[in-house]
Amino acid sequence: MTIDMTAFTPVAALLGGALIGLAAVLLVLFNGRIAGISGIVGSLLPPRASGEAWRVAFIIGLLAAPWVYGLFAPMPAAASPASWPVLVIAGLLVGFGTRLGSGCTSGHGVCGLSRLSMRSLVATLCFMAAGFATVFVARHFL
Amino acid sequence: MTTIIAAIVGLVFGLGLLVSGMADPHKVLGFLDLAGAWDPSLALVMGGAIAVGLPGFALARQRQRSLLGEAMQLPASKALDAPLVVGSVLFGIGWGLAGYCPGPALVGITAGMESAAIFSAAMLAGMVLFGLWQARQGTKL
Repeated sequence: MTIDMTAFTPVAALLGGALIGLAAVLLVLFNGRIAGISGIVGSLLPPRASGEAWRVAFIIGLLAAPWVYGLFAPMPAAASPASWPVLVIAGLLVGFGTRLGSGCTSGHGVCGLSRLSMRSLVATLCFMAAGFATVFVARHFL
Repeated sequence: MTTIIAAIVGLVFGLGLLVSGMADPHKVLGFLDLAGAWDPSLALVMGGAIAVGLPGFALARQRQRSLLGEAMQLPASKALDAPLVVGSVLFGIGWGLAGYCPGPALVGITAGMESAAIFSAAMLAGMVLFGLWQARQGTKL
């Protein structure tokens, strides 16, 4: 392993991470809810829709973030290097997998680990390991 | 009021994704590529989030009701079962293929990224497929 010091952005990472943590804490303290993106989005979708206004509002706020960010700085979001068939397969896996596993990077990784949930620790270790393995195979074998 | 809070929280969350670099799939894949030139940034994103999250959730766990008087709806399940593991592994494979997880994919749409829009459409389809599959499992029981 070699550390890519030119790509390493510790200050932005810590600051952005703290904002994500702050968002999760605000939602649980004020609304009593977990800021899990896959859960919030998934429960708005058919067939077993249990849509509540706060979920729609959360997603509107999330989708507005690039516009607000863009008022102050150039957009850091970039296109994925994956081709469109790979994007489709990846999206299907992420959609199905996060619902089956009851959470994603936000619900399990941020909220769950902050709650010291063993279930979320297992989930986080599983998706991290699968992510490391997938990139290893895709970049160094294929 | 819960709706206004949720909108603010969504915005702060999205800004966090942008500031941290999570909304850039190259950065995510650079973190997941342990064997290549490794970018450790995302470990610090998680670290920063949990550093704020730990005391916040410790406070939340002590409360019966939220600050707005809502019921605290924290996950009750403790089961370390196959759906948790299989679902998380499937998610991890998709994450490693595209460099997108659900939040950054949605933010990527309004940031103008076509790849984020394609990924997100497939992700929503995957969630609907899960719902249909689960409903079918339910009728079999």
